[in-house]
Amino acid sequence: MRRRKLTNRVMGVLIAVTFVLALLPLFSVLWLTVKNGSKRFDAEFLTHSMKGIGATDAAGGAYHAIVGTLEQVGLATLMAVPLALLTAVYLVEYGGISRFAKIVSYVVDVMTGVPSIVAGLFVFAFWILALHQPFSGFAGALALTILMVPIVVRGCEEMLRLVPSELREASYALGIPRWKTILRIVLPTALPGLVTAIMLGVARITGETAPLLLTVFGADAINNDPFHGPQSGLPLFVFDQAARPNQVAVDRAWAGALTLILIVMALNVVARLAVRRRAAH
Amino acid sequence: MAKRIDVSGLDAYYGKVHAVADVSLTIEPRSVTALIGPSGCGKSTFLRTLNRMHEVIPGARVSGKVRLDELDIYAPDVDPVDVRRTVGMVFQRPNPFPTMSIYDNVAAGLKLSGVRRKSVLDEAVERSLRSANLWVEVRSRLNKPGASLSGGQQQRLCIARAIAVEPDVLLMDEPCSALDPISTIAIEDLMVELKERYTIVIVTHNMQQAARVSDVTAFFTISAPGEPGRLVEADTTRKIFSNPAEKATEDYITGRFG
Repeated sequence: MRRRKLTNRVMGVLIAVTFVLALLPLFSVLWLTVKNGSKRFDAEFLTHSMKGIGATDAAGGAYHAIVGTLEQVGLATLMAVPLALLTAVYLVEYGGISRFAKIVSYVVDVMTGVPSIVAGLFVFAFWILALHQPFSGFAGALALTILMVPIVVRGCEEMLRLVPSELREASYALGIPRWKTILRIVLPTALPGLVTAIMLGVARITGETAPLLLTVFGADAINNDPFHGPQSGLPLFVFDQAARPNQVAVDRAWAGALTLILIVMALNVVARLAVRRRAAH
Repeated sequence: MAKRIDVSGLDAYYGKVHAVADVSLTIEPRSVTALIGPSGCGKSTFLRTLNRMHEVIPGARVSGKVRLDELDIYAPDVDPVDVRRTVGMVFQRPNPFPTMSIYDNVAAGLKLSGVRRKSVLDEAVERSLRSANLWVEVRSRLNKPGASLSGGQQQRLCIARAIAVEPDVLLMDEPCSALDPISTIAIEDLMVELKERYTIVIVTHNMQQAARVSDVTAFFTISAPGEPGRLVEADTTRKIFSNPAEKATEDYITGRFG
């Protein structure tokens, strides 16, 4: 009896300690980013580019990079989400135990393991070298899409599998065809989970640097057109500024990192509110 | 409305597993037919062959004939979606659509079949909820989620949902097994009312329930584990419970087995 209580105590403490240990890096990263990033996180930083800023100038900002990131991630999401969602629906609702579904599932697994630089190299070799397309935000979005699709497929697949088969059966038993059951019963039931899966994908690709290096190329000036010419992106901006030997540049890098975190957080909050509003109706 | 079901030589399989063998049975309209028997005897599987829900499970198939009045529901040119529209089903566990309100749950079958007119939907929702003896309890909160109701109310909601599309036959797969006695009585009373208009087939583990609500009882059993379920006999409920023709039925009814 005493032994059981003791074990319970020890395990409880152990779980609490590991929990704190797991959270420690997260909070220290957040804390460092906020502390160092707030130094340059100001109106100028959010509204100006790096065009014409000298090496030791304290001015300049990441506006061009914010625009680039929003456009690249936006385009990648537009391409990846329909593809990934349809793949997940196929795997859960139609594929069953068929050979083709197994192959698709295997390919998705392999894609999950593709290093992000390889995705960038692939788009560089295929889109820019072979097809003679220019460096552009869109080329970066292509690379990000390759990374985002498998994450969103896996996430959505799990969420769709959580929808009880009783609901599908209830719908079939009403004489509702399968496609309508999926559209009107299964997807709405899984919606909050699907949004989470998509946001995980967005968060993941928003921070990617490697695939952008060879596709978006990076720039100091504002380029609002994601289809023509080099752009910047926040991860590229941070990568570039952090490597410079001046404190003013390093401060800009921290502010860029902070902006990146805030963008992902804001997207998450907006997505969640949208789902909640829909559920309330 | 209320069609006769005529089953002959029906076999059902799950992949290689032979679940139900050679069932022939006529189910009369405007009556309640109870399917009883031990677990695994194939009565639920048999029930699901009557609206082609059996084949929803991957690898499941059926051979034999099921006729709904004159229509052979397994004929090659018959769409299972149409069959299910005529043969409604209520499941063991109440399964209202969680994203929908009470109103939308009842209206779901009609809405998703393309009915848009609000007046038609309103009328159907009220009529179905009244038929399911649920109207008085929920009429003031039709826009609340269906999942906010109690278990017994949810099951009546599912019955309302099933009859909203005006089927000819209502299949019920152990509809009271997840409910308390009060809710069970409510559903049983409902069945007696509904049989005026529908052909009702109910699977139940509860022999008292079969005796209380059904006009005809069909007894299924398996001879040994792994063997397919078979129909032992079907007769008026009074006959089955007082003087069954088969020894196996009597053993089951009297509790000597199963």
